Amino acid sequence: MGQNLVATNIEQYLKEHENKELLRFITCGSVDDGKSTLIGRLLYDSKTVLEDQLSVVKRESKKYGTTNEEIDFALLVDGLQSEREQGITIDVAYRFFATDRRKYIIADTPGHEQYTRNMVTGASTANLAVILIDARKGVLTQTKRHSYIVSLLGIKHIVVAINKMDIVGYSKDVYENIKRDYLQMYEKLTKSLKEFKDSIHTIDFIPISALKGDNVVQKSTNIQWYEGKALLEYLDTIEISKDINQKDFRFPVQYVNRPNLDFRGFAGTIASGSVKVKDEITVLPSGKKSKIKEIILPSIGSDSKLVSIQEAFAPMAVTLTLEDEIDISRGDMIVHSKDCLTTSDTIVAMIVWMDEKPLELEIEYEIKRATTSLNVIFEEIIFKKDVNSWEEIKTDTLELNEIGKCRLSLTREIACDPYNKIKGTGSFIVIDKITNHTVAAGMIIDATKSDKKKRVYTEAEIELNRYIRKHFPEWGCISIEEKK
Amino acid sequence: MIDKKQLTHLKQLEAESIYILREVAAQFENPVMMYSIGKDSSVMLHLAMKAFYPGKPPFPLLHVDTLWKFKEMIEFRDKRVKELGVELIIHTNPEGIKMDINPFIHGSKLHTDIMKTQALKQALNKGKFDAIIGGARRDEEKSRAKERIFSFRDYFHRWDPKNQRPELWNIYNTKINKGESVRVFPLSNWTELDIWQYIYLENIPIVPLYFAKKRPIVEIDGAKIMVDDERMPKHLREKAKIEKVRFRTLGCYPLTGAVSSNAETLPEIIQEMLLSRNSEREGRIIDKDQEGSMEKKKIEGYF
Repeated sequence: MGQNLVATNIEQYLKEHENKELLRFITCGSVDDGKSTLIGRLLYDSKTVLEDQLSVVKRESKKYGTTNEEIDFALLVDGLQSEREQGITIDVAYRFFATDRRKYIIADTPGHEQYTRNMVTGASTANLAVILIDARKGVLTQTKRHSYIVSLLGIKHIVVAINKMDIVGYSKDVYENIKRDYLQMYEKLTKSLKEFKDSIHTIDFIPISALKGDNVVQKSTNIQWYEGKALLEYLDTIEISKDINQKDFRFPVQYVNRPNLDFRGFAGTIASGSVKVKDEITVLPSGKKSKIKEIILPSIGSDSKLVSIQEAFAPMAVTLTLEDEIDISRGDMIVHSKDCLTTSDTIVAMIVWMDEKPLELEIEYEIKRATTSLNVIFEEIIFKKDVNSWEEIKTDTLELNEIGKCRLSLTREIACDPYNKIKGTGSFIVIDKITNHTVAAGMIIDATKSDKKKRVYTEAEIELNRYIRKHFPEWGCISIEEKK
Repeated sequence: MIDKKQLTHLKQLEAESIYILREVAAQFENPVMMYSIGKDSSVMLHLAMKAFYPGKPPFPLLHVDTLWKFKEMIEFRDKRVKELGVELIIHTNPEGIKMDINPFIHGSKLHTDIMKTQALKQALNKGKFDAIIGGARRDEEKSRAKERIFSFRDYFHRWDPKNQRPELWNIYNTKINKGESVRVFPLSNWTELDIWQYIYLENIPIVPLYFAKKRPIVEIDGAKIMVDDERMPKHLREKAKIEKVRFRTLGCYPLTGAVSSNAETLPEIIQEMLLSRNSEREGRIIDKDQEGSMEKKKIEGYF
């Protein structure tokens, strides 16, 4: 239909396509699960693959293809991956395609355990995760691992694509069994991931054959018993507009725009919620108050003339001016006065370690949270999580690809939100101050003021605390000992 | 289809790019924006004008002039810079001038190395830039699909694909030591169609060479090369025929092939692009020098 309109009425086509939504998703599964075949087919059927690329694949299909079909779809993606063999083996690749309704960005990440950090990287910007399960194998350890990471990263929608249905004779029983196993596993997962409750909004299941094209783009005639949508229609129609927090206004100040003495604007991207002209706001951490005077966004179609708008919402990039001259700089956060946040200097967060050099307690790292950069010390690792069994293990360090719950002490107070409430202000990266490497990703669970510093513990309390931590690590008891 | 409080994909891409540009301005001492005069550069410049409005972009533009760009490109560049009131740095490799590099004689490889790659390094070293904003897109070329938005370069401008910093959410690590730099790609997530559609919607001026017109064309090694000046060897110039063509991509005129086309308006260009099924780089001779050539060039310091 779209192609028709291109040929007959391009202006109409362009008009319709101004209003596409953007959906970012991650695909999880190892190569054997048919991930490459699935992505290849989505790219091919959405006509993203160009003739020059396609002719190469057609040639290669005859040579290397594992199928008797004309085209081996896996080669479309694997062909692009060939340069990985030359060295870029562990990285996320971003691929693009579009339908008449949506534009898609796929974060294509390798599924192996040693690439947890890449999966986290891909998942950090995704709205949705496609988790592939091989119908012959069912729910595996890696399915558990992928589901854990997806949930940890707060992806709101999971679609479990049960693949290779053609090999199991399109059996409804096989599908239903896997679905039941997955849901059971997921219930345990939710209990295990108590840090971020209710982070998933939807879980759906689709029986597919990426190889034969069943339920990928077209509804399958081989799977009559399945009444749901094919994967592409599912992706096209899943409701994502409510995934962004539209309630709590958070505006991390990114850049102070001062082109002349008469103008002082605060540029930034709205992390959540919305703001209107005349709204009363508070600047954090200073606590100073004012009102919104103007919201500036040079608008489409204008000759870059100054355009003020009345209301702006996440994730718009705007410039705000205020009614009062108050001192605001990069790193400050503007919020509505009515739901003003408290500030804190101690945070508890889930940490994914991403560097070869393991985490060290008691040394200073830098963190970057939205537009704020500050120094931090890891005071304690409360536990690390085995990403396969979801067991909590007591440890003093985190190594590459390990995930743990940590308590961090910040050098000054900042305004914090939990990650599962607002991603934009609840997430941070950790930077090694010597190598400048990005060594970890963090998701805030809880933030408090450190009044613990005022309390002096007795010897007996310290002894008891030590005893509990040693013999009952599963209680997750926090150390109260003063660090040397 | 789109909720009242939801951005369309183009507006989301726009917001993301503006965020990236502001992050550069706020976090680096001495940033610069590469300006190649092409359609992606035009979009990038437009986004920079928006990001800092009512101020001007707080960084200069840098054009590495090989002296072999189309005349219309240079005219467009100078006009645009004047209209917008932005600062422009132009750099040409002085050794290249001395050697009188001529792609017709020295070939595309030597020309590109001396007049583009080496010239770029010279300009960056001279300007001591710590962040260099470029208009590359991930859909353009294989090795770009894996490049970060903030891509670290060592003291020698080298890109190490195996040692990239993880990039999470929209939080970019901008920390570098003296002498190191970061290449920043605010258009990473745009596709060719997004670029055209945005140019159309926002009414962004582009070089007229993108629109089909009758032009003097010589076929050289299967590519339609336009006669832009007298420097094209006489025996070639004499073979020129008038053809209706346009350019999908703009570079040095002897190395950029035109395509036969009737597309005289933006919608017609987009229509042609959607109906033709060849990638936009088909006219680029420098991509085809050797296997995996872009990846190699990037490691050596090419953009």
